[in-house]
Amino acid sequence: MDRLHLSQHISRRFGSEVEDLRREVLAMGGLVEEQLDAALAALARGAAIDAREIDARERRINAAELAIDEQCVLVIARRQPAASDLRLVLAILKMLNELERIGDEAKRIARIGERLVGQPSASDLETGMHALGTLALAMLHDALDAFVRLDEAPALATMHRDAEVDATWRRLQAMLIERMRETPDAIPAELDRLWCARSFERIGDHCKNLCESVLYIVHGKDVRHSGLAKPARA
Amino acid sequence: MTIDARHHSPAGGLDVQPAVALRVAGLRVWYERRQVLDGIELAIPDKRITALIGPSGSGKSSLLRCLNRLNDEIAGFRMEGQVLLGEVDVAAGGTDVQELRRRVGMVFQRPNPFPLSVHDNVAYGLRLLGLRRGAELERRVEAALHAAGLWDEVADRLDGSALELSFGQQQRLVIARAIAVEPEVLLLDEPASALDPAATLHLEELLRTLAQRYTLVLVTHNMQQAARMADYAAFLDAGRIVEFGATDSLFTNPRERLTEDFITGRHR
Repeated sequence: MDRLHLSQHISRRFGSEVEDLRREVLAMGGLVEEQLDAALAALARGAAIDAREIDARERRINAAELAIDEQCVLVIARRQPAASDLRLVLAILKMLNELERIGDEAKRIARIGERLVGQPSASDLETGMHALGTLALAMLHDALDAFVRLDEAPALATMHRDAEVDATWRRLQAMLIERMRETPDAIPAELDRLWCARSFERIGDHCKNLCESVLYIVHGKDVRHSGLAKPARA
Repeated sequence: MTIDARHHSPAGGLDVQPAVALRVAGLRVWYERRQVLDGIELAIPDKRITALIGPSGSGKSSLLRCLNRLNDEIAGFRMEGQVLLGEVDVAAGGTDVQELRRRVGMVFQRPNPFPLSVHDNVAYGLRLLGLRRGAELERRVEAALHAAGLWDEVADRLDGSALELSFGQQQRLVIARAIAVEPEVLLLDEPASALDPAATLHLEELLRTLAQRYTLVLVTHNMQQAARMADYAAFLDAGRIVEFGATDSLFTNPRERLTEDFITGRHR
C-alpha cells in the first residue's frame, strides 16, 4: 500500500530509496518478531534453546539497525526530505531504536528461559507468563502492521493494549512475590521469571512507542506524553 | 476521540501574531485575456520573511510585482482588488508610484547595479529624494553599506565601478541601494539564484539580519532556501494561494495535498 505516494516522486531514485528504507525496517521488524517468538517458545516449552540461533539473529538485528540508520543519514544528506518524507525518515530513526531494544529484551528472555529448564513453577504463574508474552508478541505484530498500513486506527488500538500488558504484569508480579514468600527455595527461579515478566512489560512500552512513530508519520503530530496511549473512557 | 481533537502542541499552540505590513485582498490580475492571479488574500507579517513558493507560472512573481506596481508597464496588464500598505492602497489609481517604490524596494534575480561607482549606486536613490551631497549623504551611504554587510569589502574602493564587484557583492550592493532610502518592505525575486553557495549563505545571513528592520517578501524556487529563511510561506498554484502558514509547519506537515506534493517533489 502506498499511502505515502512514494511511487509518485518525480525523482524515481528518491522514491525507491525511501521505499527501500521502509522495506528494510519491516524486514528488521520481522527478525525481531522471530526473536521474540523464539524466546516465548523457549519459556513455554521449558526446553533447551538453540543459543547460537538466538545470537546469530541478534547480530542480524544489530546489523540491520546500523545499515538502516546509515541509509537514513544518506537520504537526509542527499535529498533534504520535507513534509511526509521527512517525517518518515525521522520516525524510522526512532523505530530502529525501539526495535533493537525489543530484540535485546527478547534475547534476555530466551537466556532466562534456558536457565529455567527443569525448574517447574506453579501452573497459574506459567499461564500468566504465557499470557503476558503472547500479548507482547501480538502488540509487536500489530505495531508493525500499523506501520505497513500507515493507518491511525490500528496504531491507536495497539497503543491502548499496553494498559492490558501493564495490568497483566502487575498481577504476575504480585503472584511471583507471593510465591517467593511461600517458597523461599524457589526465589532464584522466580526472580528470573520476574525479570522475564518485566522484559515483556518493557516490550509493550516499546511497541507503544512504535505506534507513536506511526501516528507521527500519518498526522505529523508528536503524540508522546499526550495521554493518547490511554483508551478514551466510555 | 481523534488525534486532532486530543492533541496539544508542547508550546500550547500559542503564537503571538505579528502586525501586518501588507494586506492583499481580492487581488485578481490579467495579462491581456489571460488571468494569472485569482482571489489572492494574504496578510504579510511585519518585520518577518515571507516566502512565496510554487511552480513556474503559478503567479508568485506577478504577485510580488503587484506589491510595488512593477507590472504597470506591461502591455495588457490589468488588476483588481486591494494591496494595502498601511492606509495606502497600492493598487489604486492615484498612488504616488515613486514614493511607493521608496517604501517598497525590489531586488531582482540578477544583480543590476547601475554603471556607476559603488558610492553613487547607493547614493542614487538618496539624490532622487533631494539629498544631493554633504555629510548626511555620506553618513547614509556608509550606513547602508554597513547594513548590507558590504562596507568592509568596499570602503577603499567606493569610487571604483560597481560592475567590478563579484556577483555576490553586486547583489549586496543592490540591497544597500534599496535600503539607503529607508524602505518598509523589500521584495526579493530569487535574489540568490545567480550566486554560488558561499555568496548565497552570505546573502541569506544578511536577509535574516535585515528582517529585524524590514518586512521581506521572497520569491524562491529553492525549497531548502525557503525552509531556511522564511518565517512564513505561501504556496501558490495556478494563480491561487493554496496554503499560507508558518514555515515550520508548512515544511513538516502541510495541510494541503497539493503543497505536500510540491515541496516533496511528487508528480501531481
